[in-house]
Amino acid sequence: MGWFIKFIDSSLGKKLVMALTGLFLALFLLEHLGGNLLLLINDGGEAFTTFSEVMASPYNIIIRVIEYGLFILMFYHAVNGVRLWFLNKRSRGQAYESYNPSANSTLFSRTMILSGSIIFIFLVIHLRTFFFPYRLGDAPGSMYEGVIEAFSDPVYSGFYLLALVLLAFHLIHGVQSAFQTLGLNHNKYTPFIKGFGIVFAVVICAGFASIPIYFLFRSMSGGM
Amino acid sequence: MAKNMNLKLKVWRQKNKEDKGRFQIYDATNVSPDMSFLEMIDVVNEELIKKGEDPIAIDHDCREGICGSCGVYINGRPHGPLREITTCQLYMRHFHDGQTIVIEPWRAAAFPVIKDLIVDRSAFDRIIAAGGFISVNTGGAPDANAIPITKDDQEWSLDAAECIGCGACVAACKNASAMLFVSAKASHLVRLPQGKIERERRALAMVAQMEKEGFGSCTNTEACSAECPKGISMDAIAQLRREYFKANFKVRK
Ligand code: FES
Repeated sequence: MGWFIKFIDSSLGKKLVMALTGLFLALFLLEHLGGNLLLLINDGGEAFTTFSEVMASPYNIIIRVIEYGLFILMFYHAVNGVRLWFLNKRSRGQAYESYNPSANSTLFSRTMILSGSIIFIFLVIHLRTFFFPYRLGDAPGSMYEGVIEAFSDPVYSGFYLLALVLLAFHLIHGVQSAFQTLGLNHNKYTPFIKGFGIVFAVVICAGFASIPIYFLFRSMSGGM
Repeated sequence: MAKNMNLKLKVWRQKNKEDKGRFQIYDATNVSPDMSFLEMIDVVNEELIKKGEDPIAIDHDCREGICGSCGVYINGRPHGPLREITTCQLYMRHFHDGQTIVIEPWRAAAFPVIKDLIVDRSAFDRIIAAGGFISVNTGGAPDANAIPITKDDQEWSLDAAECIGCGACVAACKNASAMLFVSAKASHLVRLPQGKIERERRALAMVAQMEKEGFGSCTNTEACSAECPKGISMDAIAQLRREYFKANFKVRK
């Protein structure tokens, strides 16, 4: 076992962990988005409520196990990312007087710690608005009503949208970078992976953003 | 003929490893656009010597882009504003009259400054040494083409073998990671039949030494490859990762 811990905690191993957990989290985003898009069906939240009840059911053992895994991996991804950032900062030592990194790398790739940190803060707020009260606590009403209430607050919606943009930044670099970290790089398919990463990031961002925007328009047009 | 230029140089001066170092401004007057960057420094240094001052220490040897010793940070980028060249291959026509040029040594914890713009790159030597040997038969000269190898593999190996060890990858990387260098050195061997025998041991040992020297870990910003004077590709890094992952599961200890 010792060799394995040494392996996943080596400089290449730490990144391997980031890549694998990151890809898993990206898959989760896709599932989450699928569920959320049910909110756009104009049925008073019936489809969404059914979906969230199935996902929350204690008898749904597979989902319960994945849920625990998700929390653990999410946490590991965050902690490991911060560790990498600290170690990598130390490797530079003295900073450059004149530094022009935009000539050789993308902004997304250089700001993973920043986008990641804001996503983490968002996540804590997000879990407190939805997950904890409706799944673990005893919030009055359904999750659907909670969604409408939360998005009626423009400040909340604004922060939600900002976090989504940063999530897109994180994914634009993260998705393609994960494949490179796994050792998958070839002039035949790497251009595709890079393009796919961008499309994935935009779809996730636009998909989630459509929900607060939808509720905003609906409340403006007076319908409930 | 383009006109000669007057430039301001903001140069890092540091007496030795212990000295804290500081920037100093120098005037480079009447610089011909056809001078190379190192020739321009030579002229400035002549003036300094005439005035009895200590000339700016800068590493150089071949001056034809193959030895890799002339690496310095120029206006925020390794080897200056162009891609795929070394400082000695950089010409003053790429600067303009009145410009201020900031010249700094590579900044990496694993590359301590020895004097002014010269850093100690022996960490690279130790990584290569850690890679060890390849097994070949000694004795009489082997027959030509005794070991079959495809042209593609040969070229692929040479792509990696082009690395001149200048350190621009480390200098450019926001993490001061040496992955492009290490992967080029490991890959050029693994891409040839002769180098395959010790592949696992080599990957493990070189990565271990890289970590020991204090280089950061690669976060795929690709700055290294963009700034590499030889244009070593990111696929070398991917290959080292595959080697390293496999080796960890294969080696029996
Ligand atoms: S002096 Fe040899 S590469 Fe520049």
